[in-house]
Amino acid sequence: MITQRFLGADRRIAAMILALLAAAVIVPLLNLAVSPQSAFYIPPYIVALVGKYLCYALLALALDLVWGYCGILSLGHGAFFALGGYAMGMYLMRQIGSRGVYGNPILPDFMVFLNYKELPWFWYGFDHFWFAALMVLAVPGLLAFVFGWFAFRSRVTGVYLSIITQAMTYALLLAFFRNDMGFGGNNGLTDFKDILGFNVQADATRSALFSASAVTLALAVFVTAAIVRSKYGKLLMAVRDAESRTRFLGWRAENVKLFAFTVSAIMAGIAGALYVPQVGIINPGEFEPANSIEVVIWTAVGGRGTIVGPIVGALLVNAGKSWFTGVLPEFWLFALGGLFVAVTLLLPKGVVGMWDNWRSQAKALRAASLAAAASAETEASQPKIVRSAARTPGAWSAAGPEPQPAE
Amino acid sequence: MNKSNTILYLDGVSVSFDGFRAINNLSLVLDKGEMRAIIGPNGAGKTTMMDIVTGKTRPDEGEVFFDGQVDLTRHDEAEIAMMGIGRKFQKPTVFESHSVEDNLMLALKGPRSIFPALFHRASANEARRIDDILGVVRLGDKREETAANLSHGQKQWLEIGMLLAQDPKLLLVDEPVAGMTDAETEETARLLKDIARDHSVVVVEHDMHFVRELGVKVTCLHEGSVLSEGTLDFVSADERVVEVYLGR
Repeated sequence: MITQRFLGADRRIAAMILALLAAAVIVPLLNLAVSPQSAFYIPPYIVALVGKYLCYALLALALDLVWGYCGILSLGHGAFFALGGYAMGMYLMRQIGSRGVYGNPILPDFMVFLNYKELPWFWYGFDHFWFAALMVLAVPGLLAFVFGWFAFRSRVTGVYLSIITQAMTYALLLAFFRNDMGFGGNNGLTDFKDILGFNVQADATRSALFSASAVTLALAVFVTAAIVRSKYGKLLMAVRDAESRTRFLGWRAENVKLFAFTVSAIMAGIAGALYVPQVGIINPGEFEPANSIEVVIWTAVGGRGTIVGPIVGALLVNAGKSWFTGVLPEFWLFALGGLFVAVTLLLPKGVVGMWDNWRSQAKALRAASLAAAASAETEASQPKIVRSAARTPGAWSAAGPEPQPAE
Repeated sequence: MNKSNTILYLDGVSVSFDGFRAINNLSLVLDKGEMRAIIGPNGAGKTTMMDIVTGKTRPDEGEVFFDGQVDLTRHDEAEIAMMGIGRKFQKPTVFESHSVEDNLMLALKGPRSIFPALFHRASANEARRIDDILGVVRLGDKREETAANLSHGQKQWLEIGMLLAQDPKLLLVDEPVAGMTDAETEETARLLKDIARDHSVVVVEHDMHFVRELGVKVTCLHEGSVLSEGTLDFVSADERVVEVYLGR
């Protein structure tokens, strides 16, 4: 039974990786190689839109690692996403060079406008892609490490941790709004021209960015599944279910959490870096606490602790959002709030969890009817459904474990 | 007092929470290889004493030594666990979403840092060790079972098994038979006696039949200090103990 479930969850993750890799090849082909008259043609705006959703999906996957597998409900993951985005945005700004409105070869337009005499020190190096790429990983990772080091060592947990993560992203929002921070104030960074020498507006570049997002997401799924399946991953779930037990076994629960939190923040930063060239702007609005809460909703809708769920959730909710804001824009936030309430009440394990339940019920019914047929001469045996929570990556079923406080 | 041959040595320990003295000038000595039962009415400070020994609570005053020379008040839970003190909670606390085998695997003695855990491969040696423990705690046929599906008594045994996997020198076992059937209680007494052959054990328990079954020296705590100490017959004949248990 357990091996079956394990294979089932494994197969689902493998299918997700394959689907993402296939999309990375097929979508650009259908966009670039097929004539616009064909029924199979994918217009550029769809490529850009879905590429954006894939970045959101990567962000939701990052949250799933800490929330689904370690019970850390971060309401500030949008901050790591935005920081990764700003690092990429700074590179893109430096690539504009003298093509800006003011024609200054060194200073971006907003700095000329705000009377900067020279480039602030923290903008050095961002004219190199490798440096920007390093910062995409390092800045969110370092912030998460320092933040987590203090929070987890002081044993801040549960709702208190959620509140301080929310405060963190809000503080960054206020900081980035200021003009003298040197990040373009409330206008943020925009008017990008090139990435690695290619025009960001060109169809081919957009397709390439789409492929990069899909491949990165596939890689992240693979890495997350590998982490979750390792002994460390089991430890992560053990900390979620009975933190004090892990301490009295000699594990340092704070380090276990800190590692997952840092890895998750780096994944969120990568998502932000892929997002910015595709949408063409990064501004302090990305630090908005509401954004981080939306990520939680995607993850909850898809099913946390399942790896595949958050990706499905992010794609579904964002597709819904694009459609809904076209039809009834002023009601979107109500619909989103309603969705969260509905999922919490009706689908506590999200779409993927519902699918699992439905499957195991169908299987039990089938087994029951088989057993009934077989019991013509022998006594019917009632099939027993073994239920467990996310023991293996991707497997959810009924009756999740209660977190157990020690004594 | 000489602490050279002791596994656990508490002298003049006091701790108070918001003015309430949970432990009051408590002194207790456990010899190496000894099994001791601790009894006492609710609020006598039994669990607080375990909290102090395992580093969860720091005493306001007094000395706490492990193995004759290690000052436990200077270490935290994880360090103390690594030195060889295992603790079973009052409420069985196992990793419910993991299998019995994985529960033991996480408890097995070994490196306790992140990267070895990330790249850990199960070895034949570990599998053998897990087999041994499963045999000792009577869960041999439950290896693949999810811990959440175990009965209450089986969870208690699994938790004791996790302590054994740590390979501790001293086991602190808090109410191991609470909520167990009579048959399970007897089996648990046998299990603990097995374990006591090569470990030092402190058992906190309310169940007098169980304590009698263990047949070891008994310490009765009351209001945070030792009220009486000796054989169970001696302690239960002590007028003060009777008074405490039956009320004045």
